[in-house]
Amino acid sequence: MQMHEARRVEVIIEAVMEKQVIRALKEAGVTGFTILPVLGGSGRSGQWTREGNVGRASGMIAVICLIAPARLDALLEALFPVLNDHIGVVSVTETSILRAERF
Amino acid sequence: MDQILSLAGQNLLSPVILFFALGLVAALARSDLTFPEAIAKGMSLYLLFAIGFKGGASVADHGADFSLGVAVLAGVVLSLLLPLVAFALLRILARGVSVTDAAAVAGHYGSISIVTFVAATSLLGAAGMEFEGYMVAVAAAMEAPAIVSALWLAMRGGAGGKMDSDLWREILLNGSIVLLLGAFFIGWATGERGMEEVAPFIVAPFKGVLCLFLLDMGIVAGRGLRQAGGVVTPGVVAFGVIMPLVGAAFGLAAGLVLGLSAGGVAVMMTLSASASYIAVPAAMRVALPKANPALYLTLALGITFPFNLTLGIPLYMGLAQMLTGG
Repeated sequence: MQMHEARRVEVIIEAVMEKQVIRALKEAGVTGFTILPVLGGSGRSGQWTREGNVGRASGMIAVICLIAPARLDALLEALFPVLNDHIGVVSVTETSILRAERF
Repeated sequence: MDQILSLAGQNLLSPVILFFALGLVAALARSDLTFPEAIAKGMSLYLLFAIGFKGGASVADHGADFSLGVAVLAGVVLSLLLPLVAFALLRILARGVSVTDAAAVAGHYGSISIVTFVAATSLLGAAGMEFEGYMVAVAAAMEAPAIVSALWLAMRGGAGGKMDSDLWREILLNGSIVLLLGAFFIGWATGERGMEEVAPFIVAPFKGVLCLFLLDMGIVAGRGLRQAGGVVTPGVVAFGVIMPLVGAAFGLAAGLVLGLSAGGVAVMMTLSASASYIAVPAAMRVALPKANPALYLTLALGITFPFNLTLGIPLYMGLAQMLTGG
């Protein structure tokens, strides 16, 4: 099976920033992504959990996308102004995908 | 004074308060008692729907007049004004708090806590004190203006802050406001007939759901207090207790000037004394991300909310009765 090199970008960010992250992804030409709820965790801003929370202020989400390596810089440049000052983590992982034309 | 103490005694032994205390103790004792997020949000939607609909039906029953518009306007003015007072008070009582944090906290204290409002209306009902149905609209009107004042304070102090379309959408179209106002107008439009149709769903189960919701609030508040760490200084605690009393005094003055009933004055005091922990924290995360969420969430939910629930509301009810002769 033919595999192709790709980058997996994972953004864990405050739930209130969901719209802004999606807008940045679309600006960078990324149309395929997945949003996952995050149960809880701990970081520089302390420990948190989604359980029992009514408001979105203390919730986090994970936005994951797979892109061609050539598009990575444009995506990170579009994401940076959104992430600035907000609680969150961005990671980029080298990965392999099938059907490269889709990314 | 006896009346206030009697109300406070009754209040402390009501199921609503005892369930909140249970949640608080459970969280502080590190129990694994917890509510899934979806259930907590579901209960919140139910309470907003019920209180909005009942308020609208009450306005349809008693008729709307000029006083509704004036009360809403007074709520907007209070919401714009109270953050300025809160900002100054916090900077006096807790000198280590930054301009950014003080502005964010101030926004919470100008806005309102809808659950404190619901708890107050429930206790008023138990005490047989009626209030104007349009106070629901006043509560909705008081949610957002405080955010504008808070951001003005932050910008003036050089702490940044941004007001863009995303923020306005977050403020004006957040689910709580849309449901509360939507249910209010539907209740108003359908009146007595509509109330008869939905009463089995929103009247009898209301207190039970409120007890469960306050159990959840107690758990979240206790968890917040446990994790608050260094933010809870004596000055911060003093602010969390004094500011609601200051806000209530403004609400009392507004209620008396507006000529509200004793119940209406108590609700206006409660609204002015309460601090938001749903709408404003989300708006502050968008507009003032450098502000410390542990500070404003601990203050609003861990200190001021329990204070209002246990001692504040009976005090406001007693004072309102005493000063209106109601």
